[in-house]
Amino acid sequence: MSNEAAAAAEPAPETEQALHGLGVSLPHADARAKTEGTFPYAADLWAEGLLWSAVLRSPHAHARIVSIDTSHAREMPGVRAVITHEDVPGTPRHGRGTPDRPVFAAEVVRHHGEAIAAVAADHPDTARMAAAAIIVEYEVLDPVTDPEQAFEAEPLHPDGNLIRHIPLRHGDADAAGEVVVEGLYRIGRQDPAPIGAEAGLAVPRPDGGVELYLASTDPHHDRDTAAACFGLSPDRVKIVVTGVPGATADREDGSFQLPLGLLALRTGLPVKLAASREESFLGHVHRHPTLLRYRHHADADGNLVKVEAQILLDAGAYADTSAEALAAAVSFACGPYVVPNAFIEGWAVRTNNPPSGHVRGEGAMQVCAAYEAQMDKLARKLDMDPAELRLRNALATGDVLPIGQTVTCPAPVAELLRSVRDFPLPELPKDTPEEDWLLPGGPEGAGEPGAVRRGVGYGLGMVHMLGAEGADEVSTATVRVHDGIATVLCAAVEAGQGFTTLARQIVQDTLGIEEVRVAPVDTDQPPSGPGSRGRHTWVSGGAVERAAKMVRTQLLQPLAHKFGMSTELLQIEDGKITSYDGVLSTTVTEALDGKELWATAQCRPHPTEPLDAAGQGDAFVGLAFCAIRAVVDVDIELGSVRVVELAVAQDVGRVLNPAQLAARIEAGVTQGVGIALTENLRTPRGLVRHPDLTGYALPTALDAPDIRIVKLVEERDVVAPFGAKSVSAVPVVTSPAAIASAVRAATGRPVNRLPVRPQAAVVTTR
Amino acid sequence: MGQREGAAGLTTHAPQAGQAVTLPTTLDEAVAALAAMPTAVPVAGGTDLMAAVNSGQLRPAALVGLGRISEIRGWQYQDGHALLGAGLTHARMGRPDFAALIPALAAAARAAGPPHIRNAGTLGGNIASAAPTGDALPVLAALEATLIVAGPGGARREVPVSHLLAGVEMLGAGELIGFVRVPLLHAPQVFLKATGRTGPGRALASVALVLDPARRGVRCAVGAIAPMPLRPLEAEQWVAQLIDWDNDRALVPEALGAFGEYVAAACIPDPAPEADGTVPSLPPAVLHLRRTVAALARRALGRALS
Repeated sequence: MSNEAAAAAEPAPETEQALHGLGVSLPHADARAKTEGTFPYAADLWAEGLLWSAVLRSPHAHARIVSIDTSHAREMPGVRAVITHEDVPGTPRHGRGTPDRPVFAAEVVRHHGEAIAAVAADHPDTARMAAAAIIVEYEVLDPVTDPEQAFEAEPLHPDGNLIRHIPLRHGDADAAGEVVVEGLYRIGRQDPAPIGAEAGLAVPRPDGGVELYLASTDPHHDRDTAAACFGLSPDRVKIVVTGVPGATADREDGSFQLPLGLLALRTGLPVKLAASREESFLGHVHRHPTLLRYRHHADADGNLVKVEAQILLDAGAYADTSAEALAAAVSFACGPYVVPNAFIEGWAVRTNNPPSGHVRGEGAMQVCAAYEAQMDKLARKLDMDPAELRLRNALATGDVLPIGQTVTCPAPVAELLRSVRDFPLPELPKDTPEEDWLLPGGPEGAGEPGAVRRGVGYGLGMVHMLGAEGADEVSTATVRVHDGIATVLCAAVEAGQGFTTLARQIVQDTLGIEEVRVAPVDTDQPPSGPGSRGRHTWVSGGAVERAAKMVRTQLLQPLAHKFGMSTELLQIEDGKITSYDGVLSTTVTEALDGKELWATAQCRPHPTEPLDAAGQGDAFVGLAFCAIRAVVDVDIELGSVRVVELAVAQDVGRVLNPAQLAARIEAGVTQGVGIALTENLRTPRGLVRHPDLTGYALPTALDAPDIRIVKLVEERDVVAPFGAKSVSAVPVVTSPAAIASAVRAATGRPVNRLPVRPQAAVVTTR
Repeated sequence: MGQREGAAGLTTHAPQAGQAVTLPTTLDEAVAALAAMPTAVPVAGGTDLMAAVNSGQLRPAALVGLGRISEIRGWQYQDGHALLGAGLTHARMGRPDFAALIPALAAAARAAGPPHIRNAGTLGGNIASAAPTGDALPVLAALEATLIVAGPGGARREVPVSHLLAGVEMLGAGELIGFVRVPLLHAPQVFLKATGRTGPGRALASVALVLDPARRGVRCAVGAIAPMPLRPLEAEQWVAQLIDWDNDRALVPEALGAFGEYVAAACIPDPAPEADGTVPSLPPAVLHLRRTVAALARRALGRALS
């Protein structure tokens, strides 16, 4: 009692004061508003007199459009505009990566859910009913849904069915190992399933332009696409980024935002979009379903000699970023292992399935599941410990990737694997009361302790950071200091990855100013690129640091001049400026003297080059690695799997915000649990089945295992700002492979398909 | 200019203006309200109905809320039976006092989705929705429960739950499920559900099994694999006569596995032989479902007899 009273009487902990700068767990500025439900997301936007939009989407996977009759819809009371492909004033195509997708289908629909027309009406129900009243006459065509058929099939698109082919050749084709293992692997279609569905508001401007309020993660690209589509110059289209309700992929596809803007321009009134869950599933891109065929050669000691692989990515009806995904898949097809001879053929092909695109870790995730399955097979054939086999072949700095690029960044693969291998295994529940066991199938499930087998498996994964193959990566940031407050202006979108928190920490660290605000993002600011592949930690973080340093120089230059010393000899801490010898001591506010300081800087990492005809080239700026040990319990009669624990070791360069970093790893690993066990958007005959969160099972708190972050290797990457590597993508890539490996160990079954279906985890001969 | 403030209370699924909602406090008032507004839809927990409303599939002209009818939110005893109110929530049925009474129904209620669904969803709603994956349904089928249906003018009629689920007898216009009568068997009961995941999910297959020592019977129902729960009657009778009812309900261990296979084969029969006498094999997914049913039935009987 007295202890409690003493604790209560103590002043507020000092930590609140001390939490600034790099390396501390500064909380997210929006955390409170998001927790309390007051944070404004795009779906909360409102404008006086707004109209509601609805989009008519194709019910067929492949059909010729014979006619579109909008007359009934137009005549419905409350309907203000109905638009089709005939009403697109500008470029009628869009698409991230490759602009090959019509804004509205004109002659042919190529996937289930393709947009055909859009309606604006004064009530959301009216808009939906009017969209349903549009009469479209289809001539239904046979869909091509098997990517293997795409090579022979009639072209589904004027650009043909082959989006990209990479024939990677590295080393000696005739090399052969004493031990050979082969496998065929299939990866399902994961949906990014953002918790907040697509939403936005378009407001026409008096000058004939339009403002789009969207949860866009790549506002400048979206602005340029929208302006081209609307037939306007880019300066008359402005995208204002609203609160992003979760993003593990690019957000707000053109099929949502372009009809919205067109309707606002057509009606001259604000138009709102709030997609239903079903529309969300139908309208955005998914992870590439992939078919992989592998052959690994090794010598009798387990040293890898050669890897041959064929990788087929199902891009769906439109290319989107499939070419980039294929580059990642082919480049990382051998994983973080030293492979002297590699022959990898990769194709991304068009089908009538829903389009695939950027979902974090694309390409790298699919091959990781396959090459790690091969490593398990090889270990079994050689009768070696699977971790030992992996250690023997682990990649390190200075080794050469199969694309011919030398690994110059830290690559502590062996250290990561040793860390997870040596971490104590979780206890078996045999000594605890049976009621407390969480068996596969969950509490109140059908699990029976006698039928449960435990398995331990390993996964080693790698991803690249930033755009590859010569993509121009640049970000611009502005830092302003006035009245003791610093403000950051940067078009890097906060999509939950924590960029705004990081930007505040960087400025605090450089300028010693406690109060740092990050301005909302719109396209009047210079571009910062899309929010993927750790771009903002690296490029935007680097730009913020440079701008802050320039402000620092501006602030200290007069003082340094006055005292005849260089600015490097002055330091700023807690709002005070002191010199190394203590002669000078003043405050930032005094030094500012009412002035307002501004500085703008850019960060542009060193250039990369495209892969050549043999899949060779220095294509990547940076790489990140992760090792995961999975422990699973499998009910071998029902085939139900529970992931008990995932032990994670990751190569992070430098920890900038420990709490945020741990949260990102936990989130990534859990998304991987979904890929491994439950998440697969089924599309029989090209038609999306169960586009809802009952049929599409995202991991819940009960599905998420204990996640132990065993080791964070902090070897600074000298070319990256702060030496830090982004952390979100590589756990997503690695955890499905580790879980599949553990299920393999528990059941002895091959487990060559993700997600693992219950029948693949059943042991029938007992 | 668009504002960035959240519009308080605004949703995209706003019910149409002027929608009538009645909140009766007795069953007969509710029946009268439905009679007065034939287009009105009764709503209890709303876990199925409101999802359909929100997705725009259903636009009820009026709603009759059943949440304030206190007489159907509890239970009473009636000559060896329990008369369960249709408004009992899954959360209420999952509690220990209810579990002591009808263990299988309590287990099904605890397995019926995440907490917020269990707090709202009701027994009557589970029956009225009659979804193949409704977790209470195989339990009610195994218990051979009877529904007490309230009709206009204070009328009450009894409908076996299996009749309603099979469509043999239907609810008439203006009728409501008032109560569910289940026997109190004072013996072990088991409900097992396979979902394919650790978190809450819809059943891939479920088995409810109850022992009836007074009649020396075993009653079993398999849920989620057909539009309504299936009763493997021959398997029940076969295993019931193997159990030594006077001697701790002993059963030879081999019979457990055989019972599982019997139940599974009854619910998922082999395909009919072709004209040339060959028996086509079941597709792998169906075979897995059959194995799952067999394992669930075996485990359920084993737990009931242990």
